Amino acid sequence: MARTKNTPETRVERRRFLQQGALAGAALVVAPSPADTVGRVQEDPAYQTPQAPPAPMTMAAEAAPPADVQVLGDGERSGSDFMVDVFKSLGFEYFCANPGSSFRGLHESVINHGGNRAPELITCCHEESSVAMAHGYFKVEGKPLGVLAHGTVGLQHASMALYNAWCDRVPVYMILGNHSDAAIRRGAEWYHGVQDAAAMVRDYTKWDDTPWSLTHFAESAVRAYKIALTPPMAPVVMVLDGGLQEHPISKSEPLAVPRLTLPVPPQGEQGAVEELARMLVAAESPVLVADRMARTPNGMTLLVELAETLQAGVIDQGSRMNFPSRHPLNQTQRGRAAVTDADVIVGLEVADFWGVVNALRDQLHRSARRVARPGAKIVSITTGDLYIRSNYQDFRRMQDVDLAMAADAEATLPVLIEAVKRLVTSDRRRAFEERGARLAQASRTAAAASRTAASYAWEASPVSTARLSAEIWAQIKTEDWSLVSSYYSSDQTNWPRRLWDFTRPYQWLGHAGGGGIGYGAPASVGAALANRRHGRLSVAIQTDGDLMYAPGVLWTAAHHRIPLLSVMNNNRAYHQEIMHVQKMCNARNRGVDRGELGSQLIDPNIDFAKLAQSMGVYAEGPITNPNDLGPAIRRALQVVKKGEPALVDVVTQAR
Amino acid sequence: MTRTMVGAAIVVMLAAPAVGRVQKDPAYQTAPAAKPADARAPAGRAGNGATLYKKVGCYQCHANEGQGGLAGPRIGPSPVPYARFLQYIRNPTGDMPPYTARVLTNQDVADIYAFLEARPRPPAVDTIPQLAP
Repeated sequence: MARTKNTPETRVERRRFLQQGALAGAALVVAPSPADTVGRVQEDPAYQTPQAPPAPMTMAAEAAPPADVQVLGDGERSGSDFMVDVFKSLGFEYFCANPGSSFRGLHESVINHGGNRAPELITCCHEESSVAMAHGYFKVEGKPLGVLAHGTVGLQHASMALYNAWCDRVPVYMILGNHSDAAIRRGAEWYHGVQDAAAMVRDYTKWDDTPWSLTHFAESAVRAYKIALTPPMAPVVMVLDGGLQEHPISKSEPLAVPRLTLPVPPQGEQGAVEELARMLVAAESPVLVADRMARTPNGMTLLVELAETLQAGVIDQGSRMNFPSRHPLNQTQRGRAAVTDADVIVGLEVADFWGVVNALRDQLHRSARRVARPGAKIVSITTGDLYIRSNYQDFRRMQDVDLAMAADAEATLPVLIEAVKRLVTSDRRRAFEERGARLAQASRTAAAASRTAASYAWEASPVSTARLSAEIWAQIKTEDWSLVSSYYSSDQTNWPRRLWDFTRPYQWLGHAGGGGIGYGAPASVGAALANRRHGRLSVAIQTDGDLMYAPGVLWTAAHHRIPLLSVMNNNRAYHQEIMHVQKMCNARNRGVDRGELGSQLIDPNIDFAKLAQSMGVYAEGPITNPNDLGPAIRRALQVVKKGEPALVDVVTQAR
Repeated sequence: MTRTMVGAAIVVMLAAPAVGRVQKDPAYQTAPAAKPADARAPAGRAGNGATLYKKVGCYQCHANEGQGGLAGPRIGPSPVPYARFLQYIRNPTGDMPPYTARVLTNQDVADIYAFLEARPRPPAVDTIPQLAP
């Protein structure tokens, strides 16, 4: 069919026909007969020549007064305006979102009714990035970000990052849009519509709700926040119906914003605390193992006080910043020896206590052995005993313990410290001092050994991972810095924690939690967003495999002017997986020279500097000569200090 | 499984009772114990050792120069005595996978050993400003 071009002339003609047909059209608003329906497309005036009159239905739709109010009247508000009022009351600073029509009402309310301030929308290029940004943000700021997403396709993208947050006991406030009423769904809303949106992540979120009124919403929104922030913390999901967002607020519906009161975390029972204090004071070689203990900045202060009171060694497993890296009582670098020596082992929010007390050997036939001495007393303090789910196995293997406190470790430390102080005699204090001196010497020896170890392969190319860490440290150590992400996880082979002086709670933010790759880059940007308001220098050691999951977050950093220094640990492969495949090659005795197949990121090599530059990020590299690294970091640092992200691509050794 | 391995497995299955069959199947046996190794390393070719060190994946845990890394200790320069080195490669006691003579001959091991011996010694730590405490 020929189509007339929509020129100014034809538009004038069409208006004339509409005016002529208006009166007649009102009388023609009747249900069309089947015969009328056939060929309607041909009769649509938009596709007709100017001379032909428009179809009666179209005239009615375009010329007749609308049946319903189409815009809000002065002083009226929509449901999502009220939602924004509630979210503001909860203190959200930012909402991370890849835009989606199922939450268009809320989106508009955030930017217009809410003025795009607290919460401010952060434009993300992938929902996984949105959630991981919220994950990193929480670890700096101690409060959740909101994440907006479609109830189906958005949540599907977000789900892996939610799982990471679940495993890491980090609250993420997930807000899903969904058009529940099938009678008014249009087009894509059918694919984006779902009966029970939160179902797919219910195994690894703590609570969810789908409110059916604004009062219901307000109570659930505050309840969700409260539940997410109550230890053990975890993500929550709010499913917001499209109609509830978009419809005007009924004048007959009295609305109020409920007050948020966060529960006080549970403290260990007094008798159990006193029993543990007796064990610790009597012990010859106690060790305190901390994993997700430091829930607030005060957590590290409390652990230092307990350790110094007892002159006990501390192993910081590193899911949080629990203990200063160079404190004389920090025995993390010799953690296995410290456990082997210990007669009392106290686990503070330790996810894998069995792995502290035992060792698993990964060979063709796996085997395990206890590394703790026989008869060592084992005590756990964890909110993990208060809440556990079945399907996903993040609760780890069960460890026999002599005393289990189902309590929040940080909340329990003040009473434990006081109980210990009451029991310390002058004799015990002398013994503590001798023990502390021995531990301090062991700590100094371990630190010196780390520096010596880092000096090997100093001039090698590709750059050694030790030199990478040392070069970054040399450039940032006089700044107020925060290592927002690092591939290196929590164990004693972690170069930054071996070489850098970590003293502040925000300087080490742990890791992904669930081991899902793709956390590092977006978590770094989220943490840097939080650090920005404090004027801190955010630094990430960014791996190549991680960045390739969702590199669009670099654009988010550039767009929102989030200062972040990313130094690539670009080893051009998924090397951990190569090791696993090679282990299988060895075990099956079939030759190991093909073990890299399927895990390398070469041919072609990825040019991360160009990738970053394409998204507006200052970038240099790839750097292969280790002597070029320091000057490149200095140049990038100048960019970051001006409030922009910068990336230095460094080709490194495997691990 | 190669044709030879399949054949060997069939022979064992016919001859042996079911119990312990897996242990007797030569295709599924653990790495054979190494014969007593010479205390002295045979002459090795460091250049070939460098190739092998990469090819068989030693660098994955011990890093490119043998300096040690996330999953393995430093093994160069100055590796442990050759006899112990060879013994450990054949029958490791930790997480390191075993390398049988089928995938790494004694001469290959000697070449890798020569490569590790030839690694440069590092500068003194005190001369490296980036490693200052």
